[in-house]
Amino acid sequence: MFSAVESLMRTVKSLSRDPMGFLGLGLVVMFLLMAMLAPLISPFDPLKINVQSKFMEPSLAHWLGTDQLGRDTLSRIIYGSRTALSISLTATGLAGICGLLLGLVAGFGPRWLDNVFVLLFDSISSLPMIMFALAVITVLGPGTGTLIVVIILISAPGYARLIRAQTLTLKNSDFVLAEKSMGASSGRIILLHLLPNVVGPLVIILSMDIPVVIMLEAGLSYLNLGVRPPTPSWGNILYDGYTSIRSSPTLVIAAGAPLVLATLGFTFLGEGLRDALDPKLQLMSLR
Amino acid sequence: MLTYAIKRSLLALLILFVVMLAMYAMVFLVPGDPASIALGPRATPELKQQLIERMGLDQPILSQVYHFFYNAVTGDLGYDVWSKRPVLAEILEAFPYTFLLGVVALAWALILGVFLGCAAVIYRGTPMDRILGILSVSMISVPSFVVAIYALLIFAVWLRWLPAIGAGEIGDPWSQFKAIIMPAFAVGISWVGYLARMVRASMLEVMGANHIRTARAFGLSERRVVFKHALRVAIIPTISIVAVGFGSILSSAVFVETVFSRPGIGTLITSAVLKRNYPVVMGTVLVMTAFYLIVVTLADLLIARLDPRVRDVLRS
Repeated sequence: MFSAVESLMRTVKSLSRDPMGFLGLGLVVMFLLMAMLAPLISPFDPLKINVQSKFMEPSLAHWLGTDQLGRDTLSRIIYGSRTALSISLTATGLAGICGLLLGLVAGFGPRWLDNVFVLLFDSISSLPMIMFALAVITVLGPGTGTLIVVIILISAPGYARLIRAQTLTLKNSDFVLAEKSMGASSGRIILLHLLPNVVGPLVIILSMDIPVVIMLEAGLSYLNLGVRPPTPSWGNILYDGYTSIRSSPTLVIAAGAPLVLATLGFTFLGEGLRDALDPKLQLMSLR
Repeated sequence: MLTYAIKRSLLALLILFVVMLAMYAMVFLVPGDPASIALGPRATPELKQQLIERMGLDQPILSQVYHFFYNAVTGDLGYDVWSKRPVLAEILEAFPYTFLLGVVALAWALILGVFLGCAAVIYRGTPMDRILGILSVSMISVPSFVVAIYALLIFAVWLRWLPAIGAGEIGDPWSQFKAIIMPAFAVGISWVGYLARMVRASMLEVMGANHIRTARAFGLSERRVVFKHALRVAIIPTISIVAVGFGSILSSAVFVETVFSRPGIGTLITSAVLKRNYPVVMGTVLVMTAFYLIVVTLADLLIARLDPRVRDVLRS
């Protein structure tokens, strides 16, 4: 426990030496706070319709104006950060766990299973990402649950490949062979020796994929294939703004900005983390 | 080389086979039959029966799978549920637009990206290198559809320099050119950053090579060494990245085409997904996957041909 805190401190310290990584950390913390404190800091109910005050320009009451139904844009964007972060963190977390399990099984299990898994991973990775996502959405129907399933299906194979490769090299390393010769069970080897060694790189890759997932969530919600309205998502706010781009451009400008800032923040943080923790790690993220 | 080519192609075919099987299975994994899902809740039983017969859903499953594969291989991808036109015809109509968009986007991204990568190498270790690095990462991470919408707002709505929607008049190259500027800019921008980074990294590796030292010893300027001698070797890994990147270009194209209401694969498939038009979705996914596999396989073979080191590794 103590060592975990210590290594966290060390990571933050080395991040603070990298200005862009630090900027990324700042942006990410800001969005996290925004998402967690949404009910406290948003001035209005993000779902409250008020037709009389539709398409209002920014004012003291509505800092970022209102949308086509008179809903307060700032409140919707604050709640949108909740949608974006909860979906992307849940989905990448679950994808990471799936990838971890599949990768360990492929790397540690019998040879034939490994071959089957690798063919499966390769097949999914060789589909153009968006095509696969759209095919799954057609079958399951659009919605938040589908979005999470899609993200897991798209990204888990890549993580599994990474874990598999690491497991294969570790499997034949001296310390594992020594443990084996002392009669350790497979479970013990996997839990005590493989897992701690493969988790680090996985966490870095996951953190680098979060901006891609945020982008995918917003993009699909923009196409009306992700988060369903009226739940505020940066993507569907952007769509509302797009449809009224000529009459009131404030909405579209306001909806695009947090998206750009969040993806930038998470990208800078991910890069900073990689440089601080494991500079040798190859670029293997979704991009 | 020939064995490698055959092996590589067989692997691509195997992957395509697995993908087709998975797609076919997916339709049957969900509750409810595809015909009623496609037609919606208001469909009459007669209409449903018609569609079931037309899609061959009343036949035994093995014969369905066989027909699916037979038809796909012979180019028959079924019919659009709504417009009743052959799916393949719709795809072939849309594909040139997306292909052109991808090529133009990649072309400007390659020129600028390679240039920025070389500049970063020339100024390596200086603040300039750092600024270029931050610039590349920013370009990589910014969402293409946000770039597209902001560009639309600035250049079409406010300045009125460029058309907001469509692909330009048919037979009028100037209007087509004006219509592709913003979409290609939005699709290509993340590639500028990506390529700049790739070129910089692979060039820094090359800079330590013997032939670079020789070129320097002849007194060539750093600029000449970078652009003429290092770039030639450093560009090779970029080829495979560009080929694999076709997938991500397609992703951006799907979003960007929708923003500009530009005809293409993106608009075709998104409207089909919204209407649950199964044959069009499955056909498009299949064709694009096949195309993608062909591109990636060709790129691998091209690299093996261009780079003697890869060739030697394959031989041994």
